[in-house]
Amino acid sequence: MTPPNGAQALWQTLAAHGVGTVFGYPGGAIMPVYDALTLFPDIRHILARHEQGAIHAAEGWAKATGELGVCLATSGPGATNLVTGLADAMMDSVPLLAITGNVARHLMGTDAFQEADITGITLPITKHNYVVTDPNDLPRIVAEAIRIARSGRPGPVLVDIPKDVQLAAFTGEVHGPQAAPEAPAPDPHALEAAVALLKEARKPVLMVGGGAQGAAAEVTAFARAWRIPTITTLMGLGAFPASDPLWLGMPGMHGSVAANRAISEADVLVGIGLRFDDRVTGRVKDFAPQASIIHIDLDAAEISKIVRAHVPVRADAAQAARLLTERAEPLSHPDWTATLAEWRTRGEHPTHWGAAQAVRQVVARLRPQDVLSTDVGQHQMLAAQLARFEQPRRWLTSGGLGTMGFGFPAAIGAALAEPGVTSMVIAGDGGFQMTAQELATLTKYGVRNVKICVVNNSYLGMVRQWQELFHERRYSEVYLGDSNPDFLKLADAYGISGWRADNSADLEGAIDAWLAHDGSALLEVVVPNEHGVFPMVPAGAALSEMIETEPQAVQGSRA
Amino acid sequence: MTADHLAAPQDHLVSALVRDEPRVLTRITSLFGRRAYNIRSLSVGSTEQPGVSRMTFVVTGDRAIVEQAMKQLEKLHDVLHVVDHSLEKFVDRELVLVKVAITPESRVEVRQIAEDFRARIVDVGRRALTFEVTGDEGKVTAFIEQMRPFGILETMRTGRVALTRGSNADIPGHVYHGETRALGPLLTATAAED
Repeated sequence: MTPPNGAQALWQTLAAHGVGTVFGYPGGAIMPVYDALTLFPDIRHILARHEQGAIHAAEGWAKATGELGVCLATSGPGATNLVTGLADAMMDSVPLLAITGNVARHLMGTDAFQEADITGITLPITKHNYVVTDPNDLPRIVAEAIRIARSGRPGPVLVDIPKDVQLAAFTGEVHGPQAAPEAPAPDPHALEAAVALLKEARKPVLMVGGGAQGAAAEVTAFARAWRIPTITTLMGLGAFPASDPLWLGMPGMHGSVAANRAISEADVLVGIGLRFDDRVTGRVKDFAPQASIIHIDLDAAEISKIVRAHVPVRADAAQAARLLTERAEPLSHPDWTATLAEWRTRGEHPTHWGAAQAVRQVVARLRPQDVLSTDVGQHQMLAAQLARFEQPRRWLTSGGLGTMGFGFPAAIGAALAEPGVTSMVIAGDGGFQMTAQELATLTKYGVRNVKICVVNNSYLGMVRQWQELFHERRYSEVYLGDSNPDFLKLADAYGISGWRADNSADLEGAIDAWLAHDGSALLEVVVPNEHGVFPMVPAGAALSEMIETEPQAVQGSRA
Repeated sequence: MTADHLAAPQDHLVSALVRDEPRVLTRITSLFGRRAYNIRSLSVGSTEQPGVSRMTFVVTGDRAIVEQAMKQLEKLHDVLHVVDHSLEKFVDRELVLVKVAITPESRVEVRQIAEDFRARIVDVGRRALTFEVTGDEGKVTAFIEQMRPFGILETMRTGRVALTRGSNADIPGHVYHGETRALGPLLTATAAED
């Protein structure tokens, strides 16, 4: 056996942390790590076709399992191709470890071949990052990086390793997992104040965010014990079961009428594991104008960042929800319940053929244990509105950064993590083409449980919708229909079977065949060009100013 | 105290104890830049504790902005502790070098004012004197204003530095101790053959 070097120490450390799958793409400055990989047959490396595909797959893995996602890239262009995924993971609090090679130490700073200052580049989009300058530091740094990525509010950490450090003799010790710091116990006075507010509430609302995905059971128990009507944000979908009568849907720009009106009318609003994103709040000064706000979050910097909390509670979501459940006094507010029930019937989607109908038919086939991922745009908002999630971590979407191209590779990551479930992707014709080359990854590894649905309206649909509403229908550079590929032929070129439908009846049959196919498959749904997503709160407007249904003049028209 | 008072932009003196590691300064200034917090002065130096540096910032903004800036700082792995000096009594000092133009007529007067401020002359030229003044911000500013009519050629201020008064240290002991657990020498067997 060759004497141990830094690269081997890296794999030893990852193995000691239970890392069994990594996503990556080799290159010159990471070759010693790939060379050492041959000594670790128990670690599965998934070769993507682009580093962005690798990191989104690692994100999908992490979002579906709650465990660390790991990806690997070479220096320079390999490393910079990770940037979008790192920013995405930062915004959506995904525990992620990115390992990059770099040029040898003596070449760093000389503009050497394939050199990029990746730690400098990724400073604002990582929770922390490192350059390893001594091979014996590698295990400590990697262990620390993993702890940072996973603990507290999770996030991405990058470890950059110069090539000569990978090759240098390793004489240190390998570290196992570091103990994670314990979450701070919630301040009892703050909890007391929250209980007091809740007891007096006439129109309470609970808003659950992505930070509560790991605390779904506790948060659900809390909502049920107090009988608080509950909203789940885009990132919080599934953290409270959609079948529960207390569920009001999603808030914000494309939220439900019931959720947005409930926020506008509420007298007490409890936010848990969320950061009051501008897509959720609308115009901030008119957000929940009558409500006393209780904000529970582990990240102190999120409390009162956007919306001033009357009762700030810095705490782990599960722990805070448990403590509040212990103090539960079921609320009775029949007027509020009746009003909400009436609002829940508002803003129903049209049933004529279009993207909404197509997405409705597709997501209806998901089983509770299946995972649904999306890209970003109209199909994403429609899926968020129409899918009904009963379990946490079944909804993978790029919320904060809004990354086109995220959905498909994320679905591959989730599919590899959980081969027993269907990992369904809904993508648009625009976003799918940003990472469509990962079809090769499906084929290479014989991944059988990814079901790709491309909703094809020949446009960058969400941009087109905004141009329609706010730019007098000047459809500047959003038409893709004249140059889209034949998606079925594209899939076929990679050995993936496909089906196509352009009306509701045919779609039903196509879905049957697509899902019944033994292996990953693609379904193209051709829909009319100009449908929009409604309800919609225009950017900069208050939630109370939402447009509930598609304006008549637009319905059914063609480009 | 009114809400208007709370919202008024003010200078806030904040100290951060940070790991003495590469890129820490960049990481912190990049955080301030990205979040559009205004740093009016920044001074950095080592502390009595090896591996720990202290930064003192003057951040301009309303109370909410300063609170947010401090919380964002506390999230950084390199930041061990953040102290808001407005919460306790503190001593602060700033050092400035001021090069003042002189003429045969003004020389005596300039020296007299400098003496009143206990400024030290650190360089003597034919047409200029360079003074070193140490003090709180008010004193330093007053000295510069007194010298302005004679003609200030150059100034260099270090920015404010501060320590909390009394015998309590700003750095709690626990901030120094990270925890790592070694799994043992998994690789040393082959290393020995090397």
